[in-house]
Amino acid sequence: MGFEGIFLGFEQALTHQNLFFAVVGITLGTIIGVLPGLGGANGVAILLPLTMRMPPTSAIILLTSIYWGALFGGAITSVLFNIPGEPWSVATTFDGYPLAKQGKGGQALTAAFTSSFVGALFSIILITFFAPVLADVALHFGPPEIFAIQFLTFSSFVGLGGGSAVKSLVSILLGFILACVGLDIVTGQLRMTFGVTELMQGFDFIIAVIGLFGIGEILLSVEEGLAFKGVQTGMSPRVVLETWKILPRYWRTFLRGSFVGFWMGFKPGGATPASFMSYSFAKRFSKHPERFGKGELEGVVAPETAAHAAGVAAMLPMITLGIPGSPTAAVMLGGLIIWGLQPGPMLFKERPDFVWGLIASMYTGNIIGVLMVLAFVPFFAAILRVPFAILTPLIVVVCAVGAYAVHSSMIDIWYMIIFGVIGYVFKKLDYPLAPLVLALVLGDHAENALRQSLIMSQGSLTIFATRPIAAAITALALFFFAMPALSAWRRRNRRAPETAGVAS
Amino acid sequence: MRVADLVTASMLALVGGIVVLDALRLGIGWGTDGPRSGFFPFWLSVALLACAVIVLVQAWRRAPGAPFVTRAQLGPVLTVLWPATAMVLLTQLIGLYVAAGLYLGFYMRRVGHHGWRAVLALSLAVPVILFMVFELWFLVPMPKGPLESWLGY
Repeated sequence: MGFEGIFLGFEQALTHQNLFFAVVGITLGTIIGVLPGLGGANGVAILLPLTMRMPPTSAIILLTSIYWGALFGGAITSVLFNIPGEPWSVATTFDGYPLAKQGKGGQALTAAFTSSFVGALFSIILITFFAPVLADVALHFGPPEIFAIQFLTFSSFVGLGGGSAVKSLVSILLGFILACVGLDIVTGQLRMTFGVTELMQGFDFIIAVIGLFGIGEILLSVEEGLAFKGVQTGMSPRVVLETWKILPRYWRTFLRGSFVGFWMGFKPGGATPASFMSYSFAKRFSKHPERFGKGELEGVVAPETAAHAAGVAAMLPMITLGIPGSPTAAVMLGGLIIWGLQPGPMLFKERPDFVWGLIASMYTGNIIGVLMVLAFVPFFAAILRVPFAILTPLIVVVCAVGAYAVHSSMIDIWYMIIFGVIGYVFKKLDYPLAPLVLALVLGDHAENALRQSLIMSQGSLTIFATRPIAAAITALALFFFAMPALSAWRRRNRRAPETAGVAS
Repeated sequence: MRVADLVTASMLALVGGIVVLDALRLGIGWGTDGPRSGFFPFWLSVALLACAVIVLVQAWRRAPGAPFVTRAQLGPVLTVLWPATAMVLLTQLIGLYVAAGLYLGFYMRRVGHHGWRAVLALSLAVPVILFMVFELWFLVPMPKGPLESWLGY
């Protein structure tokens, strides 16, 4: 393995056309990230149909650039408007918004963008080295290993997702069940259609993403009676340079955030816990923990580094294993299939130009991204000053257009509205949405892997315990599944050992 | 919140139950060439039923907390939801572009109390831009109605 791969990639990423798509993607992505109701996942989902006629490498560069832009855009709303666009930007608001209110919005934004960039770069470098290695390993995986990895994917939502473990499980199961609806390609039987023709084509996860995240989010944000009260950006080249002089002081926070972000990020659902973990680490190791929450620059650096490192790391399992680490990565995976590529480890062998073009474009995309957001923050922030009564219907219309464009089918727009209501109710009741989407994406894949494994072992589940790699992964997955129960049990024991003794 | 939790969990249990029945119809055992079609959905829905019961029990034991939505919150949610639903219905009848224009204009007037000039300008401009981007530039056709066919598309 040498460097030819990445050179090949840069040849792809640095063409005029692809640089142009990167700029367009970042611009659109940042706007999407700033707008309420639109985020990385549904932004990419809505624009996916537009890429059908593009060459795959340009298409993926456009979509990933939208993702980077959305990540940057989330920081803008968190700092200036105290509105976290995505769950992993919540920790950024803790110190970002107080800073902005003190008139240091420029500093906070510069710190946020720079740390995003550092976190992303760290993850991209690791991906550059690890992705080919991991893909090589994954080439030897059979169905049991693939199923075990999927099992691990979902266990990490339950074990690491935070919130209610049972409700995470419900989301996963519901996603898998929805994925089963329609024609079973293996046996040719119709499942759960109950004679309704419209159900035969099943549920497309892209529609689910647009409904759950787009419409659902809009409903949630109008509920709060949103009038955006933004703080001035206070951005100027001088502020940027001065902040850059301070930032190297926090090199430990950068490093910690990057590691935490990458480590949590390549497992699904990792970005949010990573940002909170990084924040609390920074607070614990700080000499002035009391300043956190009142406008400490380090409190912006820590979560942003981790969240962006995690956001990039989520691409690693998508490229190498064909298993997306986040809803946005899931939508991109759907894109790969639409463009006629088979996601998974074979991509490195069959389409090196595509994979390496994608990896190289992560470098170019993030460099272009950080420069663009630093330069145009006031422009992007101005979007939220558009009256809400115009933004809301516009976003709903754009969502409807995106939903229709996927299959040119009217029923999809209805599904979008229904998924919107489900998303609204689930979000309010703390059912996580990301696992549902991922299960919907991976449903067929997981079921096939399970079927083939069971055929190999003639129906015995022991196959997941006897093959060493599958066994190790399954054991880890079971541990994650058991984690919420274990920690609840430990908490109970610690809190009241004597009463527990009496009770038992 | 508690009532909403109970209702949602009951609905999930209902979904689980329906899927169990359908899976039993398809067969959950071993067919000639591996697990039958109902195998995977059956275990999924059994697990879903179990989880729904746990959520039900947890919610039942909990004290009724804050309401799921207050009346003040529900108002704006419905003012987004029902015109959006109406727009989808209209899309089916008269095409997406006209429906989008009407929806945008209605919402701007009703919720934002914008002046008629702004309402008219935007509800004309937005569908025209959408039309140019999707229909002409990216060649992704949207549902069209009598107006578009009158214009020759």
